[in-house]
Amino acid sequence: MTSAANTSGANTMPASVDAMLELLTSRGYLAERSLATVTYLSLRMGRPLFLEGEAGVGKTEIAKVLSAALGRKLIRLQCYEGLDVSSAVYEWNSAAQMIAIRMAEAAGDTDRDQLSSDIFADRYMIKRPLLQALEPDVAGPPVLLIDELDRADEAFEAYLLEILSDFQVTIPEFGTVKAPHPPIVIITSNRTREIHDALKRRCLYHWVDYPAAERELAIVKTRVPGISAKLSQQVVRFVQALRNQDFYKSPGVAETIDWATALSELDARSLTPQVVGDTLGALLKYQDDITRMQGDTLQKVLKEATSEN
Amino acid sequence: MAINHLAPEQTEQFADNIVGFARALRSAGMPVGPGAVIDAMSALQVIDIGNRADVFTTLEAIFVKRHEHALIFRQAFNLFFRASEEWKHMLDSVPLPEQAKKKPQAGARRVQEAMSQPRMTETPQHQEQDLRLSVSDKEILQKKDFAQMSAAEITEALRAVERMRLPQAELLTRRHRPDPRGLRLDLRRTLRASLRTGGDIIDIHRLGRIEKPAPIVALLDISGSMNEYTRLFLHFLHAIGDARKRVSVFLFGTRLTNVTRALRQRDPDEALASCSASVEDWAGGTRISASLHNFNKLWARRVLSQGAIVLLISDGLEREADSRLAFEMDRLHRSCRRLIWLNPLLRFGGFEAKAQGIKMMLPHVDEFRPVHNLSSIQELITTLSRPLPPHHRSLIRSAA
Repeated sequence: MTSAANTSGANTMPASVDAMLELLTSRGYLAERSLATVTYLSLRMGRPLFLEGEAGVGKTEIAKVLSAALGRKLIRLQCYEGLDVSSAVYEWNSAAQMIAIRMAEAAGDTDRDQLSSDIFADRYMIKRPLLQALEPDVAGPPVLLIDELDRADEAFEAYLLEILSDFQVTIPEFGTVKAPHPPIVIITSNRTREIHDALKRRCLYHWVDYPAAERELAIVKTRVPGISAKLSQQVVRFVQALRNQDFYKSPGVAETIDWATALSELDARSLTPQVVGDTLGALLKYQDDITRMQGDTLQKVLKEATSEN
Repeated sequence: MAINHLAPEQTEQFADNIVGFARALRSAGMPVGPGAVIDAMSALQVIDIGNRADVFTTLEAIFVKRHEHALIFRQAFNLFFRASEEWKHMLDSVPLPEQAKKKPQAGARRVQEAMSQPRMTETPQHQEQDLRLSVSDKEILQKKDFAQMSAAEITEALRAVERMRLPQAELLTRRHRPDPRGLRLDLRRTLRASLRTGGDIIDIHRLGRIEKPAPIVALLDISGSMNEYTRLFLHFLHAIGDARKRVSVFLFGTRLTNVTRALRQRDPDEALASCSASVEDWAGGTRISASLHNFNKLWARRVLSQGAIVLLISDGLEREADSRLAFEMDRLHRSCRRLIWLNPLLRFGGFEAKAQGIKMMLPHVDEFRPVHNLSSIQELITTLSRPLPPHHRSLIRSAA
């Protein structure tokens, strides 16, 4: 169990699912109750939260909102292929070490043991996100966001498994660094490959789905202030109808927000074939999908979205 | 801290329920370990268990670790927490995942029914006498079409296939390891070594890039016309899957089934049995374009992301060949590193791509190869072991 250091200024942990929901809503993140539940649980149980889902459904956003709401530091590790220890955990600052060696030589110090303990000290270490997340923080344990883990390779995943099980890192020249309080860990994946079961077993798993129409409408109204009620309704209906089509890549919530913003920038009052055709690139990101939206399909979806009922 | 708002006898009742529920999930084929049960207990201590939806989400977050299990979980939950005594005989109507039906015998029988000719079920003793093949027999076996083999020959061929190992066909990864001829300087090791000499750098340590076999994704046609070959290919895929971890296998006939996990089992016969248990449509018709569409939509992004080579094993005899087929082939081709089409029909010397489907698919493959006997499988292995050329579009036609 993590007991949050309740220092002044840092917000306390929510004490129930409802409190969690409220906390997220107060920061403009309109979560499904199920997402609030697993987030609450992951805080209470001190378990990493593993969020999987299509791109643009708000997986990364929740880590940002959570860190802001709890007044914790957000440490983000963006994964990519070939991510290794030196860019994820720590690296020695070799240039500075060499200078230190030369200085020692110039000063006439020849004690080798002394020299090696000097140059492998904390100040020659460049700390990367995973190590930063293990360090004590006055505001309480930070929120560690491990973003798009599926882009890293299996070797990194195996390493991560080790870190997530005991929140400590062993550095050969330096010793073991252990977190006094484990950080709040949120891992996201877009499922461009399957993450190994062993890692998922350590986490609470949640599939983040596209929101239902009312929730999406609320999100648009929250995130795009000043958009007219009529337009926001049409936008959401249109996007919801698109998701029912057989597209290669359905638009996520982020795309809905982008599109609504684009339309209000263009001072559109309501959806017309002309306006939709011009701004479709904010919603659909594959040429094949855009081609399919020309002509009849567009008319049909548009009619669905703009019919008054 | 956790507030235990249950009376002790209630807790006991609850613990029994959770254990029973976990057992039910396990029998429905979900991997639920004792650790998850303990987690569930402690999670239920901190939420209001009067709220059914919250209990559902809580248990789901703990027991469901794969999105495809969510449906099973939902049904199990609704059944279990409505009336536990109904559970036992209701369990039959839950659409269980196929791994759940762990009865190798039944599966094996289905394999036999689906795939084998009567001659495949000969007694083992009888086979053993036939297996003493002379050298010249072996040569014949190398060239003999799978479709014309006797049971004994098939057994021998299977053994040959099982012995096949892919040498490492390599992709450069972005990881490094110590390598004296590497291109990158390993400053850290260089420095540590220099300390032995009081800070003078004598040896420069270098790093080279690690090479790793490219992942392979096999799409295997199991329609009626491919019946003779399916089993051998599955054996082949099982054999190479041992050596390289990253082999995904999909079977398609009228629908697409992912059998990667089923094939992971060490014993080839068990692996094949669980494969066959998970497939609904052995030896039915083919709908290549619909299957490819499903693959592109549901799986391509999940299994092709790391520079995968795709093996499409099919005779290309598609009845409903239309422009969709060309479109889906094109998409598949553009989303993988190399697309190799293996076609047993190429065994006929005078084979020409007459069928509409084949004509549509041909422009979108990097290589078009026969695969109907042992030597062609060997050739395929040679191909897969070669360093990968950059994406070229030439069409290699090799006659058997």
